[in-house]
Amino acid sequence: MNSYLKISFVLALVFSLTSCFSDKSSRNYQYMPNMYEGVGYETYQKVDFLPSQMEAGLPVENTISRGHMPYDFSNSIEGKELARLQVSPLDSLSKKENLAEGAELYNIYCAICHGKKGDGQGTLVKREKILGIPNYKDRDITTGSTYYTIYYGLNSMGSYANQLNHEERWKVSEYVMQLKQDLTK
Amino acid sequence: MKKVPYRNQLSKFAAATLVALLLFSVSIFAQEDAKKGKQLFNQNCAACHALDRKMTGPALRNVEARLEEEGLDREWIYAWVKNSSGVIKSGDAYANKIYNEYNKAAMTAFPTLANADIDNILAYTAAEPEVKKPVVVAGAGSGVQASGSSGGISNEIILGALVLVFALLVLMLFFVTKTLKNIAAANGVSLEKEKSEKRTPIWKAFAQNHFLIIVSVIVLLLSSAYFVYGYFMQVGVDQGYTPIQPIHFSHKVHAGDNKVECKYCHSSARVSKTSGIPSLNVCMNCHKSIYEYKGNEAGPSQEDLENGYTNEFYTKEIKKLYKYVGWDENEQKYTGEPKPVEWVRIHNLPDFAYFNHSQHVSVAGVECQTCHGPVEEMEIMTQHAPLTMGWCVNCHRETNVKVEGNEYYAKIHEELSKKYGVENLTAAQMGGLECGKCHY
Repeated sequence: MNSYLKISFVLALVFSLTSCFSDKSSRNYQYMPNMYEGVGYETYQKVDFLPSQMEAGLPVENTISRGHMPYDFSNSIEGKELARLQVSPLDSLSKKENLAEGAELYNIYCAICHGKKGDGQGTLVKREKILGIPNYKDRDITTGSTYYTIYYGLNSMGSYANQLNHEERWKVSEYVMQLKQDLTK
Repeated sequence: MKKVPYRNQLSKFAAATLVALLLFSVSIFAQEDAKKGKQLFNQNCAACHALDRKMTGPALRNVEARLEEEGLDREWIYAWVKNSSGVIKSGDAYANKIYNEYNKAAMTAFPTLANADIDNILAYTAAEPEVKKPVVVAGAGSGVQASGSSGGISNEIILGALVLVFALLVLMLFFVTKTLKNIAAANGVSLEKEKSEKRTPIWKAFAQNHFLIIVSVIVLLLSSAYFVYGYFMQVGVDQGYTPIQPIHFSHKVHAGDNKVECKYCHSSARVSKTSGIPSLNVCMNCHKSIYEYKGNEAGPSQEDLENGYTNEFYTKEIKKLYKYVGWDENEQKYTGEPKPVEWVRIHNLPDFAYFNHSQHVSVAGVECQTCHGPVEEMEIMTQHAPLTMGWCVNCHRETNVKVEGNEYYAKIHEELSKKYGVENLTAAQMGGLECGKCHY
């Protein structure tokens, strides 16, 4: 009987030790937590005293964030008509580099629906997840109106203003016009 | 003027043939119509209209019949589709009503659509709704299930059988000794217990042998030191950490099946220290249109079904998203009452180590998968790498820096290559092992 007790004791010890390592849904121990956890607020951290309870927030009212560029056109049909006439402010001398960068960004953010060639045959369209994406060839678009659409979104398409900054939006717009040109050829 | 002598006859003949055709092949003809219409509808209309569901624009099932009740004929529809803003400007009462009802979202003009195309689309909207195919998987699926999951079950069966056999053996041995003892007792044979007691027991012999004791103590100490060291080294390492998230977001479905780029959602990884968790408007870029999970054509795989990842399961998770972001599906409007999703952070470096995503993603061009593992295959996100200092340093030692096309630093790169006598500089040789690079 004594030996049974011993064996069961060893087994219990092994089990209790292994259970220390196998739980993957909680974090491991840390040596010195106050060296691991920052004093400042971490990105997206919950902050109790702020009204939004979040570290992430919008700029204070009547202020703008660094690098913010104002956009003069309102989100309306009249605004869109005016925006159509706007030309790209990017340096035309570095057009090649701009287009290359625009292509890279286009392939990340737009090609998933609009297709790599701008023909409206992106992966999501081919898999019939999202339908009705137009071919750039069939639409009357300008660099200005493309920028406007990226900025505000259009119908089911959302705004991409938070994923692309001012310059990147213009680069993508220029690349879209390039695609349209290639398609109409 | 040119005279066309037989025009009437010809048109009459054509009309007669058409009537005949229509008479004899109504159903076939209509189907053709609807099929073409479906294609046109998916190409041109489906971005804003669904058949049975309000989207940016109204639902379009039986739209012609409904418009007829309003006293509007097909001609009105032609005019509307080709140039809706013109109809609105002309002061048409119904056009203005619908325009205001849908938040003044102007419908794209389709001057390229011919009347016949619009007829086809209308035929599609008027067609009987397709009866959903009965779930074929039910019959075939159960068969597949048995064979498909046999790998998992058979292992368990084999293990169970082994345990059973083992238990039987132990039981048999027990009975055998018992019967042997009984037989021995019956025959009057006394067991040779006394003899064995005269021999020194093994533990006593062991205790008397000093060499053996020293060796075994050393072995014991070394092996326990190994385990203790191993335990202390894994403190603070969260490799394999797989927390339960508030929304079951499947990277496998998004990045794997649908091939959404990593940087589509984690856009700030390009330009910022932190690779951001996407705000919910990024989800809604697609999920405004994708309101249910339809999965692949083949249906959910056997593995998914075993885990309970059915189409309904995923659709429920999309509804969870709508609740958090405050999207009213029926009205197709935001309620303006969003609630933040409290995602559980997985990859987290201690505060004393500095890491910048943009440096690695944009400058070095490191693939996300190098550190985060095959995320596109992960149903539930988990920490792939240990994120220890040794792991960082190792990669810095092995990775060559791309110096091409960086003329500004060409000279310093050249000098460094000369100094180390190598052709390709590694990150470590560029100073990637300096303490102050990451700890300050």
